[in-house]
Amino acid sequence: MNSAGNNSVPRAGSALPWALVTPALGWTLLFFVLPFIAMGFSSLTAHEGGGFTLSNYSQFFTNPSYWQAMVNSLEVTAIVTVVSVLLAYPFAWILAEQVPERWQRLALMLAVLPFWTSYVVRSYSWLLVLAQNGVINRALTGSGLITEPLQLANTRLAAATGFVHFFVMLLTLTIFANLKQLSPSYRKAAADLGAGPVRTFLHVILPLTLPGIMVGAFLTFVLCIGDYITPQILGGNNELLMPQLVMMQIGRRGDFPLASALSIILMAVVTVAYLACARWLKIERA
Amino acid sequence: MSVKSGNPLCILKRHLHAACAATALLLGAGNLAEAADLNALIWCDHSDPALLQPFEEANNVKVNVKEFEGTGAGLAIVEQSQPGDWDVMVIDSIDVPRGVEKGLFEPLPEDKLPFADLFPQVKMDGSTVVGGKRYGITEKFGYNTIGFNKTKVDPADMQSLASLTSDKYKGKVAIYDYYLPVIGMAALAIGKKTAELTEADLPALKDELLKMKANAKLVGEVTASQTALATGEVDILVGGGEWVTAGLAKENPALDFSIPKEGAVLWSQSLAMFKDSKNKDMALKFIQYIMSPEGQARLATSSCYWGMPANTKAALTDDQKKVLRFDEQPGFLARAQAYPAPNADLDKKMQDMWTEMLQAK
Repeated sequence: MNSAGNNSVPRAGSALPWALVTPALGWTLLFFVLPFIAMGFSSLTAHEGGGFTLSNYSQFFTNPSYWQAMVNSLEVTAIVTVVSVLLAYPFAWILAEQVPERWQRLALMLAVLPFWTSYVVRSYSWLLVLAQNGVINRALTGSGLITEPLQLANTRLAAATGFVHFFVMLLTLTIFANLKQLSPSYRKAAADLGAGPVRTFLHVILPLTLPGIMVGAFLTFVLCIGDYITPQILGGNNELLMPQLVMMQIGRRGDFPLASALSIILMAVVTVAYLACARWLKIERA
Repeated sequence: MSVKSGNPLCILKRHLHAACAATALLLGAGNLAEAADLNALIWCDHSDPALLQPFEEANNVKVNVKEFEGTGAGLAIVEQSQPGDWDVMVIDSIDVPRGVEKGLFEPLPEDKLPFADLFPQVKMDGSTVVGGKRYGITEKFGYNTIGFNKTKVDPADMQSLASLTSDKYKGKVAIYDYYLPVIGMAALAIGKKTAELTEADLPALKDELLKMKANAKLVGEVTASQTALATGEVDILVGGGEWVTAGLAKENPALDFSIPKEGAVLWSQSLAMFKDSKNKDMALKFIQYIMSPEGQARLATSSCYWGMPANTKAALTDDQKKVLRFDEQPGFLARAQAYPAPNADLDKKMQDMWTEMLQAK
């Protein structure tokens, strides 16, 4: 009896984790792996007449306009990520360190309030703020600081502003969570060893919150480089980013093979970014 | 029995059976509903309830619509669907042959549709008739030309495409983000016929496009370019026309369009019926309704965008006719040129040229 029981326990024990993990694996297989394989096949197919081809990939490297879209995407994403981190960190720090504990929940809720509105609506709202007759230009011309309205809307600056508004909120959450996890004893120990507030921040707090920053920065990178809506609404198509280039292939011509190849190249860039972050932060050991 | 029913696995099994039965009922109901429905792949102007409701009520049918933009995207939806899922489709008139090549469309019965009432120039037989059979009927048309705010620009300047690249309007221009009509306008500006464009014309067309871009503040899709003109962000829309200005006429009567001396590009959209439609009688009724004087008036003044009805007998009010400049159409049509209809290779090259223009600093 005991022996039978002992035999059955390990079998049940080994099956249970698989049973629990199967839905997630099935989901990933169905909605990520299989579509990805399909996209891979599509990217190696000629748009006209079918058949195997590498031309969808070679076009990216030989057509300067396509290549420029990637450069634009990387530039915009880099600017947005850096600016968002620089704005979010002090914001998160004030929330975590300066706002009394009982007000923190409310302050955090207010900080993420813009998340509650639609992404598209938020982008169009920025267009109204930045437009020639928008709030900013009216304020500047009304106060006499400028005589002619500035071109703020339909520029890279506008697209970056829309992005930063969104990602500062996201980064604030990740950095705030990281700051709250830090034990006060780190600061006390640093003070005991004679470190002032600046030195404590630079040598203790900042390195310890780096994982939070990097996780937020990576999320910002991934979401920003793949976003179509914000540059489309706010950028005024005065330059193309990769998602816009991908969409362009589909609209009239229905060139899914080229769109697939461009998407896979974009995904490869995201993968490189992930590998760089993972190695630096040693996320795999966490 | 009681032991069985108390077993959690059996309870789960029983619930699953019940769920399956409910799902089967729902699916059955869905199939029944499907049989009485009409499934239409459409542009946004067909989703206006003011257009669909009278047809639905008169025929006791539900019109299920799916909007798409761009023929490629529309045909992709069809390819990903089961044969018979769709009954009718709205398509660029010049792209009707693409659907015919794929074996998607059913020839239309000419004797049951009001072809005699259509403006002759918009029948587009070159595209809508393939192999001697008619597969599409033009339902709405208009012009990709110059849309402008007449209180901000000199209307006399808008009679020439040269104004679009002049320093006088630098930074006051938006370009509609669709390569074919704007390349057509560039062709008109350099004195080329839109129907005769070849690869050899691309360098000159690119120069013209780059000049337009240098003057432009933005290149925007429908909503963005319309908003830019309506809010005063720009004063001129290259590629604009009645489809931008007419719908906004009440709120902003200063918006207008011109057909410059070089001409304008004629756009037109057609209705086609799917060969595999399970509801061809209703599909034909729908096309007949859209082409009727009442349907044409409702389609022409759809909340999404206005445009000229293809049927000369459209039941428009005098005010609506005035806004659409209905009575001026014979003159406009005489000066309008065909929408560029490149073959696949030239189409790709034109789109790449457009990409290059967008990336130009």
